[in-house]
Amino acid sequence: MTIRIDARFAQLKKENRSAFVTFLMAGDPDPVTSLEVIKALPKAGADIIEIGMPFTDPMADGPSIQAAGLRALKAGMTLKKTLAMVRDFRKADDATPIVLMGYYNPIYIYGVDRFLADAKSAGVDGLIVVDLPPEEDSELCVPAMKAGLNFIRLATPTTDDKRLPAVLANTSGFVYYVSVTGITGSASADSRAVGEAVARIKRHTALPVCVGFGIRTPEAARAIAGEADGAVVGTALVDALRGSLDSSGKATVKTVTAVTELTAALAAGVRGTR
Amino acid sequence: MSQLRPNSYRSGPDERGHFGIFGGRFVAETLMPLILDLEKAYAEAKADPAFHAEMNGYLKNYVGRPSPLYFAERLTEHLGGAKIYLKREELNHTGSHKVNNVLGQLMVARRMGKKRIIAETGAGQHGVATATLCARFGLECFVYMGAVDVERQQPNVIRMEMLGAKVIPVQSGSRTLKDAMNEALRDWVTNVHNTFYCIGTVAGPHPYPMMVRDFQSVIGEETRKQMQETEGRLPDSLVACIGGGSNAMGLFHPFLDDPSVEMFGVEAAGHGLTQLHAASLAGGRPGVLHGNRTYLLMDDDGQIQDAHSISAGLDYPGIGPEHSWLHDVGRVKYLSATDAEALEGFQLLSRLEGIIPALEPAHAIAKVMELAPQRPKDHLMVVNLSGRGDKDVPQVGDILRGKTK
Ligand SMILES: Cc1ncc(COP(=O)(O)O)c(C=O)c1O
Repeated sequence: MTIRIDARFAQLKKENRSAFVTFLMAGDPDPVTSLEVIKALPKAGADIIEIGMPFTDPMADGPSIQAAGLRALKAGMTLKKTLAMVRDFRKADDATPIVLMGYYNPIYIYGVDRFLADAKSAGVDGLIVVDLPPEEDSELCVPAMKAGLNFIRLATPTTDDKRLPAVLANTSGFVYYVSVTGITGSASADSRAVGEAVARIKRHTALPVCVGFGIRTPEAARAIAGEADGAVVGTALVDALRGSLDSSGKATVKTVTAVTELTAALAAGVRGTR
Repeated sequence: MSQLRPNSYRSGPDERGHFGIFGGRFVAETLMPLILDLEKAYAEAKADPAFHAEMNGYLKNYVGRPSPLYFAERLTEHLGGAKIYLKREELNHTGSHKVNNVLGQLMVARRMGKKRIIAETGAGQHGVATATLCARFGLECFVYMGAVDVERQQPNVIRMEMLGAKVIPVQSGSRTLKDAMNEALRDWVTNVHNTFYCIGTVAGPHPYPMMVRDFQSVIGEETRKQMQETEGRLPDSLVACIGGGSNAMGLFHPFLDDPSVEMFGVEAAGHGLTQLHAASLAGGRPGVLHGNRTYLLMDDDGQIQDAHSISAGLDYPGIGPEHSWLHDVGRVKYLSATDAEALEGFQLLSRLEGIIPALEPAHAIAKVMELAPQRPKDHLMVVNLSGRGDKDVPQVGDILRGKTK
């Protein structure tokens, strides 16, 4: 198993704080700018980096992340280039965990075994694949574990106590709690409900629990981080990136800083919690 | 390696929803508990005689079943070969086979206590059927429809609205059926607590492909009985168009274990198989989308490609998983018809039989024009006339008068 995720949570525990997890789409708005943005995230305060693998039909994503994926695809992004991007990132950073997040079809077409080998050697630590529930574990989850990659599962408000053990069984690295029933970019859950849900999950597992969906501001990040081992922000960062683009959707001199400034503000929110 | 021949072609899916390597349950965790509930609710309904009695009552008196099996005498004479019968699904209430499935699903939804219904639609026939039965059962109805399809199937949009449904035009992607399905899935993830997703074809996560097939199998079961009554034997071949494949599966499934019956599914070849089209078996390969593994049109990176067909109901880059399996094991033969061929079929049936078909089954007619002349006069061929052409009259009228291409 790669150790970066476990090591990062162990370190955060020593610092007595929660993780700040960022999500951005690989190749958004173009492969070169995207790598620059990702490289700048750790210094701006990201503890774990999730990178979206663009897909034409992201059925659990709202308009912002849908558009980010289409910008990336239009700029020529592919799964192969996403792995190359991780490899480039790893040249200068061997500590920050990288989690790839997306949908199964591009991985299936790439070839599961080849993908796992290439991802591992590129420096990927974990995978989140939205359309692979435990019922389909034999597809990718079990092979990923065998290949030494963390398979990080989503738990949701509809995952009841009866089902949780099945959801957690093959999960490693951390558990990603989706705080609302909905798509990315929808309204956030209130922190009390999140606290209860996290406590419920923790009764079933010793793994860290990170919470995402609907967190947009440093205040919200702070509130959620107070209830969980990590807060994930995606749509707000993707929106900040989009806001920096010119009228034709191209990157500008402001693109990297637009993302790092929001990252720093959100990270400060997360760090102010415990 | 040669495919293993199963003892029966009708035993699928397995308990995990697989037809060979196809099918499955590739959905977000949020939906998974509900899908398991649905599987249970459907199994209970299927075993409940009261459910079937109620359904049969509606099928007879509300839908107007059985639909006739009609000998198309002039079409037969014109083509000079096989004896052609039309299974008249276009005479059903709401104008297509879609109502068979919607009735069954909404009866399951009622058993589950769901009051909010969502659906995706391409041609609008599934949307109209859903809006109709939601009106009948007093359920709230939201229909997702690609913005392109809203344009080309206006009569059905108006019908849905008259029936009290809310039609939501989908602007993402290619703005056709695939995108409508994405948007419906997003709605479902958001409103999973009170919402039932009424899928319009034999696709989606298990148990949908099986459940929709079961509800549509009434087509084949009736055909079997009617052919026995009129000709005293089984048909020799069956022909049906394929969008997701529900009208074809409904006709084929009851005959899959009768080796003498040949079956032809007709995909939409759009501008031609080397150009933009919607023939996922002819031009695609296995992948995962919308909850199941099946043949899909995609590029080398696994990105789904836009389909094209003149017919909104066939304009989808995938196909139901059971068809993918039947294709791979070779039980059903899959052909394709272009936009131009479908238009010919559309006109031929209108002029010879006085039946204006929907553009979807016009694709099946187009292939009958090729298949029938190659067969002897005592060959019994059944075509599923899955819907009527009223919805297509403005679009085809414009094309034939040269206003659009
Ligand atoms: C009349 C008619 N036939 C066929 C289809 C295609 O669907 P399926 O392949 O599921 O029968 C449609 C879909 O809208 C339709 O309206």
